[in-house]
Amino acid sequence: MNATVARLTARSLLGRRRALLLLALPAVLLVLAVASRVLGGQDDGLTVGLLGGFAVATLVPLLGLIAGTGAIGPEIDDGSIVYLLAKPLSRFSIATTKVAVAVAVVMAFAAVPTLLAGFILSGTSDRLAVAYGVGALIAGTGYAALFLLLAVLTRHAVVVGLLYALIWESLVGSFVPGAQALSVQQWALAITKSLLGDRAAPLNVTSAVGLGAAIPLLLVLVVGSTWYAGWRLRTLRLTSDE
Amino acid sequence: MATLVLDKVSRWFGNVVAVNDVTMTIGPGVTGLLGPNGAGKSTLIHMMGGFLAPSSGTVTLDGETVWRNEGIYRRIGLVPEREAMYDVVTGWEFVLANARLHRLDEPEAAARRALETVEMTDAQGRDISTYSKGMKQRVKMATALVHDPPVLLLDEPFNGMDPRQRLQLMRMLQAMGDEGRTVLFSSHILEEVEQIAGSIEVMVAGRHAASGGFREIRRLMIERPHQYTIRSDNDRALAAAIIAEPSASGVQLVAAHATEGTMAQGVASTGRRDGSSALHVQAADFAGFVRVLPQLASRHNIRLYEVTPADESLESVFSYLVAR
Repeated sequence: MNATVARLTARSLLGRRRALLLLALPAVLLVLAVASRVLGGQDDGLTVGLLGGFAVATLVPLLGLIAGTGAIGPEIDDGSIVYLLAKPLSRFSIATTKVAVAVAVVMAFAAVPTLLAGFILSGTSDRLAVAYGVGALIAGTGYAALFLLLAVLTRHAVVVGLLYALIWESLVGSFVPGAQALSVQQWALAITKSLLGDRAAPLNVTSAVGLGAAIPLLLVLVVGSTWYAGWRLRTLRLTSDE
Repeated sequence: MATLVLDKVSRWFGNVVAVNDVTMTIGPGVTGLLGPNGAGKSTLIHMMGGFLAPSSGTVTLDGETVWRNEGIYRRIGLVPEREAMYDVVTGWEFVLANARLHRLDEPEAAARRALETVEMTDAQGRDISTYSKGMKQRVKMATALVHDPPVLLLDEPFNGMDPRQRLQLMRMLQAMGDEGRTVLFSSHILEEVEQIAGSIEVMVAGRHAASGGFREIRRLMIERPHQYTIRSDNDRALAAAIIAEPSASGVQLVAAHATEGTMAQGVASTGRRDGSSALHVQAADFAGFVRVLPQLASRHNIRLYEVTPADESLESVFSYLVAR
């Protein structure tokens, strides 16, 4: 980890209009939560629907995509990453730092709003807010690491990332059950489900994989993606105008 | 004192050879890397800076391999061609961040010194996004100098600078060279290079075309055969007179509308003043020919309408060096 890399990454990630973009989605979630609570009262089924269907399924992957690719993609595109790479710094520490910043952004703009929305909708009932908040944080960590690696590997990281989140996790997953075993969202739901304990079944919270598979898979994803991103940074080719 | 050595370095991208079997040694002082656009200068600088692996051959700094060697950046300062920086921060913050990334003992002092060297202390508090091109160039320079490296690599540093900024940067580079640093910069303008570079390496089409002091390089360029296109009121008579001169090695009479280089004798009639014919002259001795041409014209009572050097693009000047 390197504090200077973290500061520069955070400044460019949160600078200018991008921060507004990051705020829009969680704002929608919170507005929906307040509206549901005011209009419909407390309804744990609705909480599961909104947190599982919107927060974990849409908000978290999108924020993970914005933060993960945004933490390194623009620098690679415009060539300014040369100022980090032309330094006696371990490439792995650059990658680790950038993943950490992306995770912090996802936490602030997706996991914390999910937790807040849970409290607004259901209070402390059934630990729903905490279970989904933790699920969102864990899913967000996985997405941030994965999408940061994608941004190192390809200039089309945002498109590839969207295809993964929308096509693979949502569409293919709903037709081909096996595909769900390779889904960050399902791994995170396994953790949410286990935090809910006995209340998971009546609330219809399910996950395609068990906790025993989800945790190792998440660890492999986060550590592996970060390590490989660092390794690829060692040989990153910088394009020039020529 | 540091020496960069390129030994039989080639680099290809797919089927395209960008750098072809280049061997050169860059020592202390200012070296200019001269060549037209697309000659492989940037590729070469990227390899010297450790941002591109040579497809074959080696790049070393004092015997140490540059590629995949992060430690090398303690001794190399790099000024990239591209302008992008972390422009949401101020000049001061950015140079300071670079000093911290180098893990210098006193980053503030180092950043202050670097900004003073490039004379950017007045504007250091402003966001980089508000800087002019010349100011950005100087901040880039400051980031490369912040750790006081013995080697400085600059990719097209004069691009887009106004004459005053250009002069200032030239003085700065010269001072660094005089201090014993190894300074290498690329350019496609001979005048730029010869003003400050003690030695010049010429690249053409990926190949190392020539190497030496600016006098040698200039001589090579001047002593090549020169081509002229000449129009007069009596091209045929002028052709006869020119070929009798030892300074000319070839004359071709062409129709003005014929494709360049096509022989067109007999097609174009001589003596017409409507510009329908022209002479292509190859001068073996450029200085001699230029001196003798007006005398010839006057002696034969021929009026010259146009004398144009046919082939003065940098590309063709350099190509000649490769073809030698």
